Amino acid sequence: MIQYETAVALRQACIDGQTTAQAQTEAYLAQIAKYDGVYHCYNTLNEKAAEQAAAVDAKLAAGEIAGPLAGVPVAIKDNLATQEMTTTCSSKILEGFISPYDATVVQKLQAAGAIILGKTNMDEFAMGSTTETSYTGATKNPWNAGHVPGGSSGGSAAAVAAGEAPLALGSDTGGSIRQPCAYCGLTGIKPTYGAVSRYGLLAYGSSLDQIGPMAYTVEDCANLLQVIAGYDEKDSTSTQGLSFDFTNALQNDDLRGKKLGLPKNYLGEGLDPEIEQAVRAACEQLAALGAEIVEFEMPMIEYAVPAYYIIACAEASSNLSRYDGIKYGYHPESFADLEDLYLTARSQGFGPEVKRRIMLGTFALSSGYYDAYYQKALKVRALIKQEFDKAFAEYDAIVSPVAPTTAPKLNESLSDPLAMYLSDIYTVSVNLVGIPAVSLPCGFSAAGLPIGMQLLGRNFAEEGLVNLAQAYQMHTDWHAKRPVLKEAE
Amino acid sequence: MEIDRKMVEYVAELSKLRLTEPEKELMQQDLSKVLQYMDILNSLPTDEVEPLTHVSGVENVFREDVAQPSFAREKILQNALAAEEGCFKVPQTVE
Repeated sequence: MIQYETAVALRQACIDGQTTAQAQTEAYLAQIAKYDGVYHCYNTLNEKAAEQAAAVDAKLAAGEIAGPLAGVPVAIKDNLATQEMTTTCSSKILEGFISPYDATVVQKLQAAGAIILGKTNMDEFAMGSTTETSYTGATKNPWNAGHVPGGSSGGSAAAVAAGEAPLALGSDTGGSIRQPCAYCGLTGIKPTYGAVSRYGLLAYGSSLDQIGPMAYTVEDCANLLQVIAGYDEKDSTSTQGLSFDFTNALQNDDLRGKKLGLPKNYLGEGLDPEIEQAVRAACEQLAALGAEIVEFEMPMIEYAVPAYYIIACAEASSNLSRYDGIKYGYHPESFADLEDLYLTARSQGFGPEVKRRIMLGTFALSSGYYDAYYQKALKVRALIKQEFDKAFAEYDAIVSPVAPTTAPKLNESLSDPLAMYLSDIYTVSVNLVGIPAVSLPCGFSAAGLPIGMQLLGRNFAEEGLVNLAQAYQMHTDWHAKRPVLKEAE
Repeated sequence: MEIDRKMVEYVAELSKLRLTEPEKELMQQDLSKVLQYMDILNSLPTDEVEPLTHVSGVENVFREDVAQPSFAREKILQNALAAEEGCFKVPQTVE
């Protein structure tokens, strides 16, 4: 039963001659056929996946390709541009859109021999924390179909958790990789800003967005990150001279000499006690491996959510002004003039949450309010960065919860936007300051829903974070748990 | 920060969004509530702080001024509302 195997195990099975890339791909397509009617992880499937897998098998046999992703199926979030499948960002305004180019990460996956299974569901334009703002419908959490998988990379998370893909790519602007991983019992990485090219990632917040891996284990995440990271001349914000090597990080579980900070004010009121308990237990496990855990204060978290939403919405209002009904996407059937074309395309094409964020962002950038909101938020961003710089002078990494609760039930989150924004409290600071973070499973609630924790590091400290996470996963088995799935009726 | 109906209509116009009356009502409530919460930022003294726009520290990323092929024109026009003579065809923009 290959579903629920790690990518490492799948690759080994191919190397050992027990199976082929084509057989594995067909097994995943069969799993999707069986369960995606219930969970709706995918917007679009790759019709040519089996054929492409067969081509990779030929290359493997000829010794032309190797590496940890060769022949391994991957699901990718529907905001990553692909020439062969539509890219919709789960929005009506991009329904049927065929990109004229592939995202750099897509090219890198193909060069590594990975097989793209399809495009996964997401909150519309990555705006949301539950995948419920999707125009194509909500994704269900494989651990409990009455609950959300998280967002905005909920489709990617649910696909891996449901055995509909062994690996996935998501994007993270305010927690959109890390929080769905926590809600779905997976491991995920938001890389340092600049580590992975954003060329072909349809932009939400350009100073915040990063593409990253989602999988069962940190080892799988590290292998995927190594393939997609690196300088790209097509993305001027990508980092020159960067390459990761996780070999040592993945083999060493001796954490003596590591000093980890646990912000005391992140715990307590506002955090589900079961989550606090799980995070503290995880700290004890890390301490048992030799790490020193020190409690300290990080008071700037109070200001993270407002600063983040002003900046993200401001950037989004600018980024989404390209959707004008003319160049691509939703074209209204009739319109009186240019103004009517813009208004009709955008009003009919965007969902309510997207409109809300565009309005918020436009307001924050408008004359008379620009200083009080946008500039102010940027200054607060500088202060938040100062607080992290100070912390990383003391600590190798910071331990944190991922979300204040486990996955909420469906249809409970969208009626109170402010409450939904506040649930991002533990994740947004990471994007504001650009640092990397790993999200990994560390327990379950009494109701059987996964609980995750975060490890935050300084810029480009991915190898250190992977080491910490791997040491933890070598001595715990939360990441090995799998849900019991519901079949379609 | 309280948002009134006029502000909603002004921002909608800037955003090129057409809102129905019920949508304007809801938008007014939502925006007011969110912006009110964001006023918490005013309690932080920031007069001496420089705004942080870029976190990666890269500046002025240039390349050599060498012409490279761009995209095939048909590819770029493949999704257009309307195209004519290799251009996007749009409604009249200037009187």
